[in-house]
Amino acid sequence: MKKLVYKKLRLRIVAITLAVAITPLVVLGWMIYSQFVNVSKQRIEYQIRQMARSQSNAIDVFLKERVNNLSTMVNTLSFEKLQRQVELSHLFQVLSHRTDGLGLVDLGVIDDTGQHLAYAGPFKLEGLNYYSEPWFGEVMSKGEFISDVYMGFRQLPHFIVAVRGRSGNKNWILRATIDSDVFNSLVRTGQTGRSGDAFIINKQGVFETQPRFHGMILEKSDLDPRQFGEGTTVVRHVDKDGKKKFYAGAWLKNNNWLLIISEETCRGMGGLLMSRNMEILIIVLGCFGIILTTLLTTHMIVRRLEDSDREMSVLNAQLVQTDKLAALGKMATGIAHEINNPLAVIGEKAGWMMDLLSEEEFQHSENLQEYVASVEKIEEHVERARKITHNMLGFARRMEPHLDDVDINSVLEQTLSLLENHARDNNISIHKKLMPDLPVVASDQAQLQQVFLNLINNAVDAIGKDGLVEITTFLKNQDVVIKIRDDGPGIPKEYQKKIFDPFFTTKATGKGTGLGLSISFNIIEKLGGSIVFGEAKQGGAVFTIKLPLVLPEKK
Amino acid sequence: MNMFRVLVVDDEVDFLETIVKRLQKRKIDAEGVTTGEAAVEVLNNKLFDVVLLDVKMPGGMDGIQTLREIKKIQPLAEVLLLTGHASVETSIEGMKLGAFDYLLKPMKFEELLIKMAAAFEKKDIHDKKIRSAKIQELIRYPSKVLDDDF
Repeated sequence: MKKLVYKKLRLRIVAITLAVAITPLVVLGWMIYSQFVNVSKQRIEYQIRQMARSQSNAIDVFLKERVNNLSTMVNTLSFEKLQRQVELSHLFQVLSHRTDGLGLVDLGVIDDTGQHLAYAGPFKLEGLNYYSEPWFGEVMSKGEFISDVYMGFRQLPHFIVAVRGRSGNKNWILRATIDSDVFNSLVRTGQTGRSGDAFIINKQGVFETQPRFHGMILEKSDLDPRQFGEGTTVVRHVDKDGKKKFYAGAWLKNNNWLLIISEETCRGMGGLLMSRNMEILIIVLGCFGIILTTLLTTHMIVRRLEDSDREMSVLNAQLVQTDKLAALGKMATGIAHEINNPLAVIGEKAGWMMDLLSEEEFQHSENLQEYVASVEKIEEHVERARKITHNMLGFARRMEPHLDDVDINSVLEQTLSLLENHARDNNISIHKKLMPDLPVVASDQAQLQQVFLNLINNAVDAIGKDGLVEITTFLKNQDVVIKIRDDGPGIPKEYQKKIFDPFFTTKATGKGTGLGLSISFNIIEKLGGSIVFGEAKQGGAVFTIKLPLVLPEKK
Repeated sequence: MNMFRVLVVDDEVDFLETIVKRLQKRKIDAEGVTTGEAAVEVLNNKLFDVVLLDVKMPGGMDGIQTLREIKKIQPLAEVLLLTGHASVETSIEGMKLGAFDYLLKPMKFEELLIKMAAAFEKKDIHDKKIRSAKIQELIRYPSKVLDDDF
């Protein structure tokens, strides 16, 4: 029952301490982590937004420059000159020899019927007619045009920049193809790290440049361009691999292309992840430390409480025992006084009879011997009763521990006189091997008597019926040794370690308090001695008490 | 040799009578009274060597009060206290007040006689010392009138 109470108490303390200690730690950790995540996301968003903005500007400048170059050529060189193959090739050659090469793959001149009049470049495109190509109409109407990427006659993905010129009353077109490698390289300068990407899609979501991951040029991307508003927009999107990514989109000035800069959410938060892992590690270690400390502290507290409860129980029991003894003492004192007075009268009357019997007139009485013997018996039993009342008082008067001059043998004799009848009734003989002239020691007579009474009483109880209790006293080194042996069944091994524990008893309920040996142990310890249990060679139990030989003059 | 003069004070009449008779049988001049007040009255009229005094006497003067009175009336009389176990402490207190010794009831009569003899011997020595002191005083100051008791 008590164990259950301690278990519940232990669980309650552990639960409360853990809740109070760990909850704030976890909440704080979670808050810090959330804060970290938000700050990191904001940082990544800011970075890719900035990147998209600057990169789109760079691409706009690149395209604008190509358009301007073509416009300059259209305005400064005549149609008649440029429509000649030699002139155009020469111009293309000059342009190609520039350091940057302008990134042009070829150059062509087309008249207002769509006829490809002159061509300088690696493909055989002379003589082709572009009238039905969508871009042709666009250039003719708008004056300048940057196409989407398409396959065209060369069957390779490419896009063109074209500018309309005017010769007389006829329009013509100067068209250039942009080098995909140069353009792709330019776009990709916007990609970051291992997981970043930079590409362009058109209004229909078709790739205009080769993306780094997932998809090919001219394929439809899984991004919807409509979710990107004017200016630079950042959206979160899960790609085909299930990776969460940030996509920053910036529309180019031609209003047809959307530059996308992307970055994986978690990649961008590499530092954050490390911080998160570190934080989790610290929290886990902290929790582990708290749990360990809580368990240890709780264990210690509950142990202390158990010890203190146990001590309290022992003290209470001793108090009860002391009260009992005090009550017994008062009762014994009263009884002894009431009995001693009549005993004194009986004793004196018997003495007076003996005085009278010694007179001359009785000397010739034939029953004189019978009278004398009877009176002597009366005196003998008065003496016996006197001893009993005195012993009762000696036992009951449990004074504060103080050192008397104690004759151990005499204390044993007194104790035995209290138990003799009980032993005789059960046919238990008591053998005394008391060392003659055992020195008188300075000790507490009343308390020693209690110890002897406990041990001899236990011995008699252990035997039950028909047996022997042997009491031996002797001197060994500087100790007075008292051995109390019985030939009872002995004490089972499993109980031997517990016999001096308070409340440990093998007697039936109500027969023993389990305090006798514990109190005896304490008394002997206080008197500076020791008490040990052993198994007798002949079977049964033997208790050995050693008391220091403190002579009265040294006390 | 002078006869012992012994006064026995005990409220237990049977005990008192028997003790007195046993003492008288041994040629001791013994008298008995059952209360402290009676003891004081007897002591005012007669000298005693030893007083055997029960410590616990219900009603009236108890043993200790009687002892104080005895020591006022006859300081030289030796007092032996009789007690049951309950009043050992009282007996010890009595000895501090000048009682010679104490005996535990029921006691052996021989033990009583031995202690009584010892008390008488002490009293006798004391008496003799007083006598010789008075003789010396007489020798030194012959003009001084001798005490009637001498």
